[in-house]
Amino acid sequence: MNGGTSRERILGRVRRALTDVPRDERPEDRPVVRDYLRTHGERTTSESLDLLAENLADYRALVHRVTATDLSALLARLLAERGARRVVAPAGLPGEWLADAAVDILSDAPVLTAHELDEVDSVVTGCALAIAETGTLVLGGGPGQGRRALTLVPDHHLCVVRTVDQVVDSVPQALERLAPAAARPLTWISGPSATSDIELDRVEGVHGPRTLEVILLAEDPRSV
Amino acid sequence: MSRDGTGVPHSGGAAYLGMPAFPRAAETATRDDRLRANLRHATHTIRAKRARAVAELDDWARLRQAGAAIKDRTLRHLDHHLVRLEEAVTRAGGTVHWAADAAEANRIVTDLVRATGEREVVKVKSMATQEIGLNEALAEAGIRAYETDLAELIVQLGDDLPSHILVPAIHRNRGEIRDIFRDRMASWGRPAPEGLTDRPAELAEAARRHLREKFLRAKVGLSGANFMVAETGTLVVVESEGNGRMCLTLPETLISVVGIEKTVPTWRDLEVFLQLLPRSSTAERMNPYTSMWTGTADGDGPRVFHLVLLDNGRTDTLADEVGRQALRCIRCSACLNVCPVYERAGGHAYGSPYPGPIGAILTPQLRGLASPLEESLPYASSLCGACFEVCPVAIDIPEVLVHLRERVVEGGEVTIRGTRTTIKPAKRHTAERAAMRAARWTFDHPGALRRGQWILSRSRRLRPRRLPGPGRAWTDTRELPAVPAESFRDWWARTRGGTA
Repeated sequence: MNGGTSRERILGRVRRALTDVPRDERPEDRPVVRDYLRTHGERTTSESLDLLAENLADYRALVHRVTATDLSALLARLLAERGARRVVAPAGLPGEWLADAAVDILSDAPVLTAHELDEVDSVVTGCALAIAETGTLVLGGGPGQGRRALTLVPDHHLCVVRTVDQVVDSVPQALERLAPAAARPLTWISGPSATSDIELDRVEGVHGPRTLEVILLAEDPRSV
Repeated sequence: MSRDGTGVPHSGGAAYLGMPAFPRAAETATRDDRLRANLRHATHTIRAKRARAVAELDDWARLRQAGAAIKDRTLRHLDHHLVRLEEAVTRAGGTVHWAADAAEANRIVTDLVRATGEREVVKVKSMATQEIGLNEALAEAGIRAYETDLAELIVQLGDDLPSHILVPAIHRNRGEIRDIFRDRMASWGRPAPEGLTDRPAELAEAARRHLREKFLRAKVGLSGANFMVAETGTLVVVESEGNGRMCLTLPETLISVVGIEKTVPTWRDLEVFLQLLPRSSTAERMNPYTSMWTGTADGDGPRVFHLVLLDNGRTDTLADEVGRQALRCIRCSACLNVCPVYERAGGHAYGSPYPGPIGAILTPQLRGLASPLEESLPYASSLCGACFEVCPVAIDIPEVLVHLRERVVEGGEVTIRGTRTTIKPAKRHTAERAAMRAARWTFDHPGALRRGQWILSRSRRLRPRRLPGPGRAWTDTRELPAVPAESFRDWWARTRGGTA
């Protein structure tokens, strides 16, 4: 520890630097006008879903739409097409999702090492929510989402979004919903790993999963 | 010490000591045709994209005003917010350290790494750690810091200096990057694959393979942060490649060095900055990855978290009522990409990790007007105002430039390491003193300034982008920046910040 001296010195400098601020002004006294939009447009639920799909695809995520009945068959097919053999399923992922997949399913208990994760072909997760306007998935370590390394080290990430209750329109709506979860680590994902470092042009595929597949899961028509 | 194509001396690091003043460094750079072509290509690509990304949001102007207001509100009570932040981070299992200057920050980080017994660390791209020369300090202690951002990797392998905030290797084109990877990767770890071409996807693949082994074995990660939420103790890192996630997630120990001005009061404030930053920097609706963490979490990521809060001239900047707006900066680099001076001079001429218009006001304030370099930076501008127009937190860079020029020419009161001091006018500036008085008159008489700007913006529109005839070649590498049809002042007068 570096003791209290630098702390006091820096805080003292801050206070001396702000002699123009009235002594009785409180931090909340300066209003911030928040007249920006909560959402950029009025949308029906299905329009929000279409926008989410469009924005995900725009940043090179592969998007699939499916109802609950067909989910396990779709996952099995996508994993087979990829040639995946070893697949991580985080705790809390509904068991039936991978019931049809002919793969070795690894749970993360006992905890997989980074090197073990590097030998995994794919990871299948749910999410905390998805943001239509930006094409973003947010994972928060809740059931079926796993710790952060699980969706980072494997090269192929399949993420299931429950469209009935996990899609919001905008960044402000997302942060409001996430506030209670803020104490847990959050990862916001907008498309596969990318870089703009070569001549400021976007190229997909650096360190994170180079293939991101998003499955928009609707309720079965009869159950609605 | 060696020289690269830019003619700028570099030493693999510590930072720009003995850099010539801006005009001399810029003169060398503007004679480098390849450098200028690389810069022109990259900045023009991003300008058009950014304009499209911003145009998608009807409320951009209101978000911009809110961003500026949140930052100003935070700065006015920064002591209060820092103490709250410290409490929240500590409560969440982190340890908070305070560093008054670069030397103290480097000492703290070096001691923390030593205590782990490790000799190597993986690093997320961070402006603050470049500013303090952390890699060099660690090297002196026998600790190797691996840069993992693609552009930082290019800079590190090339024994080069960064020249752009967002894309530190912007001065390198794909062919040069291929050569650096082919020639240098082997001496840092896994060599580049045989037959590597200059296709960006292949270059990215080479970086992925080269760095993966380092990520998997790393025990200590170093980072900065884009935002720190005082209310919750949450730190936010915004990135594209996933190298940030690797460094923030896989190691056992995470050390983050963050400037005190990166604080925002509340969780909700992120709703403004997470809209402003990606669109301004990489021109994306959202960057591929954003990580948020609060202290440590059971069973997810590092078990030990240290936050080093860095002053290093920020409180001196805060003491200047005009200049303090530079502390709003969220390091998006939009101002670099539109600046005609940056486009021609390149980033190295600014002699600090903060190039471009923001560097011209930040560096002299963080370091003080300590040498001919810092004294020359406020002059590295034509005051065209394009930087102010694009700034997502509305920093009036021209205003601060003029203010700092006045300090250089006339001297006056400044704060240096927390002490108020009166500095003398810089030498050789007698003639400019008169000019300065005229400029101040203009700024004190807004009517005259308005007329001047009006004439500038109207006449610009009549100016051709390319010269005809024999002048054509000259304009191949020179082009006026896209000047908005309407100046910010006109727009503001018309809309008062409402939807245009």
